[in-house]
Amino acid sequence: MNKALVLLPLAALLAACGSNHSGNSATTSGGNEITGAGSTFVYPVLSAWANDYSGQAGVKVNYQSIGSGGGISQVEAGTVDFGATDQPLSPDELAKNNLAQFPVIVGGIVPVVNISGMAPGKLKLTGPVLADIYQGKVKTWNDPEIVKVNPGLSLPAAQITPVHRSDGSGTTFNFTHYLSQVSPAWKSGPGEGKTVSWVGGVGGKGNEGVANYVKQIPNSIGYVEYAYVIQNKMTYALVQNSAGNYVSPSADSFSAAAASADWASAKDFDLVMTNAPGANAYPITASTFVLLPKQPKDKGRSDAAIAFFKYALEKGQSQANKLDYVPLPDALVKQIESYIGQNVK
Amino acid sequence: MTAFAPIERTRSRGAAADRIFNAVTVGAAWLVLIVLLGAAASMAWGGRLAFKTFGLKFITSSDWDAVGGQFGALVPIYGTLVTSAIALIIAVPVSIGIALFLTEIAPRWTRGPIGIAIELLAAIPSIIYGMWGLFVFAPVMATDIEPWLNDHVGQWPMIGPLFSGPPIGIGMLTAGIVLGIMIIPFIAAVARDVFNQVPSPLKESAIALGSTRWEVLNRVSLPYARSAIIGAIFLGLGRALGETMAVTFVLGNAHDLSASLLMPSNSIAAAIANEFTEADTDLYRSSLIALAFLLFIVTVIVLSLAKLLLMRINRAHGRTH
Repeated sequence: MNKALVLLPLAALLAACGSNHSGNSATTSGGNEITGAGSTFVYPVLSAWANDYSGQAGVKVNYQSIGSGGGISQVEAGTVDFGATDQPLSPDELAKNNLAQFPVIVGGIVPVVNISGMAPGKLKLTGPVLADIYQGKVKTWNDPEIVKVNPGLSLPAAQITPVHRSDGSGTTFNFTHYLSQVSPAWKSGPGEGKTVSWVGGVGGKGNEGVANYVKQIPNSIGYVEYAYVIQNKMTYALVQNSAGNYVSPSADSFSAAAASADWASAKDFDLVMTNAPGANAYPITASTFVLLPKQPKDKGRSDAAIAFFKYALEKGQSQANKLDYVPLPDALVKQIESYIGQNVK
Repeated sequence: MTAFAPIERTRSRGAAADRIFNAVTVGAAWLVLIVLLGAAASMAWGGRLAFKTFGLKFITSSDWDAVGGQFGALVPIYGTLVTSAIALIIAVPVSIGIALFLTEIAPRWTRGPIGIAIELLAAIPSIIYGMWGLFVFAPVMATDIEPWLNDHVGQWPMIGPLFSGPPIGIGMLTAGIVLGIMIIPFIAAVARDVFNQVPSPLKESAIALGSTRWEVLNRVSLPYARSAIIGAIFLGLGRALGETMAVTFVLGNAHDLSASLLMPSNSIAAAIANEFTEADTDLYRSSLIALAFLLFIVTVIVLSLAKLLLMRINRAHGRTH
């Protein structure tokens, strides 16, 4: 009965000791192994890159997907060579901890629904309607707000069950960031964050938890990473972008968003690119950011990490595409490389 | 004189062994206490920021807003207690039925296989129960059981509100039933062993006096085994209160307070498991550790109440244990 209770602090203690220990011993060893920690979203593609890179350059990349929050605190404490987060840090916060930041990969967050007889990509939603559904203001699928943007589509009179993430996640951050931008009521209500105060609905743990709840609960709606939509063949809904178009989630529309986002004027790439302005831009596009110390304790390891990300950004596109991620546009890659050259010593 | 020497030697060796044995058992007992107190103290310390910030409101408030930095534990506490109560309502009669059947009624050759099956059930990891609950049981709840409950029981006075709500298949009732199924093998296995300990002469005497099988069970076996059975129920209840994975799968993890058992809720253990990795402010992390401390307190209170109940029952029946 109290097993979990007794083990919890012990496990946390062990985890803390373990990570500190491995970090400390790692910083003193040579430059042929680099360690990182953070975002779970980027883990599949990062490990694919790491695998290829160790074959080519002989450098082993050890990445622990402990969550964005954990990645930030580990890189701030200097126990890992790089951190990865789905929520960019502000320039102030970066300056305080002497960190550099740049995006490495782009992905999309897609609303998925479980409506009997509904084909993928048929249901259209605007940002404010999506916000109203998640705030419990739009309660049924045949609500006038939904019918208005879906003329001719047969919608059931059933009650909507919104599904959200129960764990704190970058997916939720980007989703709620988008809702905050398009709906003033959302911004002043639940707001944006890795976990917010949801109104009603059910919470699933992880993307797979949300995907499973949506599959199990009739007339539900959820939001998941694009890869889960493809792999589970889920019924996705279209979301209207800021140019007024309903674009399908795809590699093309994600890169359109990445290309149209205003990276050039974003200091330290502190930009969440939801609601990007391009005509073909997918509205809920997200990216994962890498954090590097500006004045690393061990120059060799920092250089090895930079070389790894240079390889990933320039040559890692095919692995990214294979895993349903979207590589960054070329112009952005150039901007990142000059940023690293200027900022990381 | 010579005859006494070996005896004395064995005796002194026996005394030394006795002391060592004594020290080992005392040490083991103290270790449990120290670990328990250490865990409680470290959780209270870790949660001090939350207790200091919110005070008593931490227990009475149902707010759980990571963005606004407002945390209250009412929903997780409520969800934990309600799901555990449902689990006990289901598990206790079934387990005792299984145990009585196995010890008194079942043909001798079936007792072994069924007994082993129960012990195997106890060994299944809880995440398997959770997955079964989500993939197999929740759809049945959503399409058959919950609509029926809505239409029939939902209209009754008093308990009606408990059983009305959208039939989504995930919620406190589903979680309670899955938990109940999970703890059946624990209670049943202990109860079976206890019923096996009931001395045959007692039962035979009752039969000789003309008792029916029901009277033997009800008046001899059950009273004889009562306190051990209640111990077995505590064991199951403890497991239900602290269960994490199975509950996370089917409870819905929503910080909403609602009377209806068909609605999603949250439990203390599930909230901690879900939110600990990305709890990025000190207050948030402290609130989760404070939740863990509250689970500890809730468990102590529930078990103490059960112990008190046991003492009253025993006093009423003129037995002390």
